[in-house]
Amino acid sequence: MTGTGSISDIEPRLGYSLRVNGRDHEVDGAWVGDSLLRVLRDRLGLSGSKNACEQGECGSCSVRLDGRLVCSCLVLAATAVGREITTIEGIAPEDGLTDVQDAMVTEGAVQCGFCTPGLVMAIHDLLDRNPAPTALETREAISGNLCRCTGYGRIFAAVDSTVASRRDAAS
Amino acid sequence: MSVAIPETLEEALQVAAADPEVQVLAGGTDLMVEVNFGYRRPASVCALHRIAELHAQRQDDGEVVIGAMTTYHDMERGVIAAALPGLAQAGRTVGSPQIRNAGTVGGNLATASPAGDTLPVLMALDSTVVVASVAGRREVPISDFLVGPKRNALGPGELIVEVRVPHLRGPQEFLKVGARNAMVIAVCSLALVVDLERRRVACALGSVGPTVLRAFEAEERAAQEIDWQTGRLGDPAFAPEFGRLVAAAARPIDDHRSTAGYRRHAIGVLAERALRRSA
Ligand SMILES: Cc1cc2nc3c(=O)[nH]c(=O)nc-3n(C[C@H](O)[C@H](O)[C@H](O)COP(=O)(O)OP(=O)(O)OC[C@H]3O[C@@H](n4cnc5c(N)ncnc54)[C@H](O)[C@@H]3O)c2cc1C
Repeated sequence: MTGTGSISDIEPRLGYSLRVNGRDHEVDGAWVGDSLLRVLRDRLGLSGSKNACEQGECGSCSVRLDGRLVCSCLVLAATAVGREITTIEGIAPEDGLTDVQDAMVTEGAVQCGFCTPGLVMAIHDLLDRNPAPTALETREAISGNLCRCTGYGRIFAAVDSTVASRRDAAS
Repeated sequence: MSVAIPETLEEALQVAAADPEVQVLAGGTDLMVEVNFGYRRPASVCALHRIAELHAQRQDDGEVVIGAMTTYHDMERGVIAAALPGLAQAGRTVGSPQIRNAGTVGGNLATASPAGDTLPVLMALDSTVVVASVAGRREVPISDFLVGPKRNALGPGELIVEVRVPHLRGPQEFLKVGARNAMVIAVCSLALVVDLERRRVACALGSVGPTVLRAFEAEERAAQEIDWQTGRLGDPAFAPEFGRLVAAAARPIDDHRSTAGYRRHAIGVLAERALRRSA
C-alpha cells in the first residue's frame, strides 16, 4: 500500500495496515466507508478518541494525521494507509502524563472528561506551533472542541500554566 | 468495491474514467459527514491526497494558480495570504483548525453550497475553474461552474484540477455573519474586491440565493462613486446607499439558519462595512 508509482487497491473486507502511534496495526474486515474513528475505537481498541457528533463539530475525536490536527471521524480509514496517525494514547510517556495533561488535572479542567482527549490533542497542537499564544489564539485553537461542563475557564488556565512551566523550564 | 489512492493526476483521471460512479475524496469534511450518517454508501473511492500537483499554489503571469487540494490552512499563509487577502480571510472563517487542516478549495467548489465560504471571493475575482478528464482539460468561468444549489458543472469522469485567480492590486474584504466566530455555516457572507488598475468594483454574496450572486448594479454605482486618484469614495455618504443596493440584489429565503428578512438586512450591513473599509 505504501509503495510508490501505481494505484493502490484495497479490498474493503480484506483489511489493510495503519501506522498508529509509531506501530503498524492490521485492520481486518473493515467496510470501505469506515471512518478512522470507528477503526481506532472498534477494531484497534483505541477508545481514547471519543465518538460524539460524527460530523466534525465537537472535536472529541481529534488525532494527528501526518502531524496535522484533524477530526478522525472525517478521515476515511482506508485512505489513512501510509500516513502517520497519532492518537491520545500515543502522546504520553509510559505510565505518565504530558505536561498539558498534568496541567488539566492540576487546574481542574476536567469534569465529565469526555472532551478531554480531544482538547489535550488540540492544546499540544497549538503549543507545538505557537509556544506563547495570546488569549485569542488559544480560543481560536480550541474553537473546534466542545466542552459542556467547564465553561472553558479552567481549560484556558491549564494552557496558561503549561506555557508558564515550559517557559520556566527553558530559562 | 475498492479504494484507489493514486500518485498522479493521470492515474486519478483513469480511475474516474473507468468507474464513473467512483466517489472522489479530498479532505472528507463534506463527504464523510454524509457517509457517517448513511446518506451515502460509496462502493468505490478515489482519494486525491497523494497527488502532489493538486496541492500546489503558485503565482503565474498576473494570476494565482491554486491546486484543488489546497486547504484552508494553506490559504492563511504563503502565496494566497500575500496575493489574495480576501481568500485568506474567507479561509480563516471556516469551521475550526481541524476542519481547516482537512477541507479543500476543490471540495468547496464541488460541493457548490450557496454558503461555501471561498465561493463569493472566487466569484468576485472572476476566477476560472480548470477541470480535466481523460479527454482533456477545460476552463470554466466560476459563474458557469456553480450551476445551482449544490450543483456544479462537472461532467462524468471530470475532476477539478485547479482554480486560476487574477492577481489584482487593491483592497479585498470577506465578511460573514453567523452565531459564533468559529464553526458556523454562513447566515450570509460577502466578498468585495476593488481593482485599482481596471477601476472596477466587484461584490459577490453568499447564502442569500440559490448560488453565489453578484450585485452588478451596486458594483457599477460604487465604481462611479470612487475617486480613482485616491481610491477613496468621493462622498462617504454613498456607503449606506451601497448597502441598500446590495440588499436589493439578494434573493434570500427562510431556512433553519435564518430568515429572509434578517439575511437581507445583514447583507446590506456587511456591504456598507466592506465598502467603508475598502474605499
Ligand atoms: C464541522 C464542519 C464545519 C464546516 N464549516 C464550513 C465553513 O465554515 N465554511 C464552508 O464553506 N464550509 C464548511 N464546511 C464544509 C466543508 O468543510 C467545505 O465545503 C470543504 O471545502 C469541503 O472540502 P473537502 O476537501 O473536505 O471535500 P470532500 O468532503 O472530500 O468532498 C466534497 C465533495 O467534493 C468532491 N470533490 C472534492 N475534490 C474534488 C475534485 N478535485 N474534483 C472533483 N470533485 C471533488 C467530492 O467528490 C465530494 O462530492 C464545514 C464542514 C464541517 C464538517
